[in-house]
Amino acid sequence: MQQAPAAPPAPVHPLWNAPLASRARSGEVARELERIGAKVREGRRITPEEALYLHERADMLTLGLLADHVRRAKHPQPHVTYIVDRNLNPTNVCITDCGFCAFYRRPKADGAYVLPREEIVSRMQELADLGGRQVLMQGGHHPYLKSEWWCELFTDLRARFPQINLHALSAPEIDHLSKLDKRPVEDVLRDLIAAGLGSVPGAGAEILVERVRKIIAPKKTSTERWLEVHRRVHEAGLRSSATMMFGHVETTAECIEHLTRLRDLQDETGGFTAFACWLMQPDGVPDEHLYPERKTPSVYLRMQALTRIFLDNFDNIQTSYVTAGLKLAQVTLSYGCNDFGGTMLEENVVSAAGCFNLAPIQKLEHVIARAGFTPLQRNSWYGVVDPRHPQLQRGPASGAQSRPRAWTGASA
Amino acid sequence: MTTATTTATTTACDERLLELARAHGLGPIGEKVLARERLSHDDGVALYRSPHLHAVGALANHVRERLHGDLAYFNVNQHVNYTNLCNKLCRFCAFQRLPGQEGAYQLTPEQAAAKIRAQLHESVTEVHMVAGVWPKIPYSYYLELLRAVKAARPEIHIKAFTMVELDQIAKSAKLPLEVVLEELKAAGLGSVPGGGAEVFSERVRRATYHLKISGDEWLAVARKVHRSGLRSNCTMLHGHIETPEERVDHLDRLRRLQDETGGFQTYIPLSFHPDNSEMADVSGPTAVDELREIALGRLLLDNIPHIKAYWILMDIPIAQLALSYGADDVDGTVVEEHIYHDAGATTPEVVKRAELVQWIRDAGRIPVERDTLYNVVWSADPELAPVGRPAPVAN
Repeated sequence: MQQAPAAPPAPVHPLWNAPLASRARSGEVARELERIGAKVREGRRITPEEALYLHERADMLTLGLLADHVRRAKHPQPHVTYIVDRNLNPTNVCITDCGFCAFYRRPKADGAYVLPREEIVSRMQELADLGGRQVLMQGGHHPYLKSEWWCELFTDLRARFPQINLHALSAPEIDHLSKLDKRPVEDVLRDLIAAGLGSVPGAGAEILVERVRKIIAPKKTSTERWLEVHRRVHEAGLRSSATMMFGHVETTAECIEHLTRLRDLQDETGGFTAFACWLMQPDGVPDEHLYPERKTPSVYLRMQALTRIFLDNFDNIQTSYVTAGLKLAQVTLSYGCNDFGGTMLEENVVSAAGCFNLAPIQKLEHVIARAGFTPLQRNSWYGVVDPRHPQLQRGPASGAQSRPRAWTGASA
Repeated sequence: MTTATTTATTTACDERLLELARAHGLGPIGEKVLARERLSHDDGVALYRSPHLHAVGALANHVRERLHGDLAYFNVNQHVNYTNLCNKLCRFCAFQRLPGQEGAYQLTPEQAAAKIRAQLHESVTEVHMVAGVWPKIPYSYYLELLRAVKAARPEIHIKAFTMVELDQIAKSAKLPLEVVLEELKAAGLGSVPGGGAEVFSERVRRATYHLKISGDEWLAVARKVHRSGLRSNCTMLHGHIETPEERVDHLDRLRRLQDETGGFQTYIPLSFHPDNSEMADVSGPTAVDELREIALGRLLLDNIPHIKAYWILMDIPIAQLALSYGADDVDGTVVEEHIYHDAGATTPEVVKRAELVQWIRDAGRIPVERDTLYNVVWSADPELAPVGRPAPVAN
């Protein structure tokens, strides 16, 4: 390997300052950025150290250009996908007490709920009427709702709405069910899948670094456990997604540590469909006083671009319009994002933290088109299934056509 | 490090920029930009039509950094919209009212002064005062308005009356504009904002604001303003029915007047906000359109020192990002804004000084507080931009 000049160390501190943009264009910094940039353009993997250097030294345009390069290499067609889905939170009862969460309620607290079945069914019906293909179903860590409760719910919903995929139960929830059931995650997953679980959302990752988790979510599933649950999900034959919530007490190096863990697991299993990240929304959360001011949009955009550059084994990067807003989300399409996520007909978790960017589908399509892309509807496995564009249909039509490499089940 | 390696690196960056421009069919334009040559009408249209936001943005950013390095300007200002009475009936406007209509108002000079006094605890250096155009308002009102504001806060800079308002004020005074400008200056007018230019195209004017002064008239008033020794800004209202060719023509006419007078300080692209206007069916510009407009302004207006990303219109995320697409100014703290909020702008009406500073820093720029005439009031880097001195602009 060619000997590169030693890069000057990048600063690592939670009181982060963006690098001055014009400094990226001269001297040692320009040469090192050029070297890393050449690697990215050649399709070679960058190291965590190089990722940190990019984040701490590159200007916005350099990050954008590199991210856009990777995005166009992976998706040469000018398409941006999204899925018609809705959020459904069957319960907000939670015993995990994360200080950054404005959604949960302690058992028996005011406003604590478990949705009655007819309410869940009627919300599913609304989604079905709109041609929805997925329900993102997550909730709190309820102390009494065991996997049996979920399996019964899934069986019922699959029977009523076979066209709607159950994208449900984040890794910490599955881990929680395994503890409630007092049996291994594999067994819990087997039953949930048999009942109709179709794919697993990437929530609850926050930052996969123990120092950070001990501060922001001490009672939540650990880093190793989060990764282990996703490994088991992939081995059981389901795809999942991955996320990162940043802009709180973590350092940039810790974000990159998080991304490295995801990249390593993806190398191992090939089970992640997509990655999404967003800034923590501090308004109105229980521990608001412990969190820094809401970070500015550029902080988000830099990281959004970096994740596309770094996660070279992830096919899809989602923008986060619920937290970033539709305007900035449009710009992220030039900073590495190729997917708009779900239409989120209902998003209780984030809106409880003072975020109300729920865009009607038309408006969402308008901004995608104005950015120079064709908006296409997809399914949970990132197969294009847009009734308006039958000629563009491609990719997996179902979970059975989209098994992770690590799937241990029978091949047929 | 030797000078030779520095030059070599700079050239490598220029080479990378040219490569990017060539890859997206903008090679000859890229060469002109690097050679500091003026861009033609056709160049402008090609830049508007290029689908590659980064290529256009990187060219504009090159010019921006050549002129201003990393400096990014803001000010601490407040707005006073002294009346919404207006007889221009522009179809894109949601602010205007006729007398007797619900919500119609006209502030007395004393009421305007009260708004100034209400901000005495803040370090406001400028009041931006624009409003509707109503011929029955006597000339004396405008002089009293200026005097009342000055009496409330003598050191404040009054940036007031668009070219459209000035045209009406002179008509109401039944005096030549040159004379009126001298009297307004004596009463406290410090400079003139850039609004009311809309799009100079006669086609667009006939379709959307036919009662307003024409492009030629707007430019003629601006010429007189500059000759009177006042500086002004200039604008273009984009994102409604105008074509790229009409936008380039507009920018070219601003550029020619600037060659003649040198009186424009700042160009501000104004995003059309359709809500509550007669043109609510037009969707208005999206974020990428706004960023492109900033970039085009920077690239075509080679003789206007500053390009402003007006956060009130663009929203903070896009104004922040615009600092990498050609903008070097983000306007100010504002305090109270009606014209665009009546048209559906959902931005806050005020932003704290510390927030402005933070989002300029996060954009990788050096925040510098300026006064209206671009003298440095506060600087995050007093070596690059010393306090009390004019903003350093290369070239």
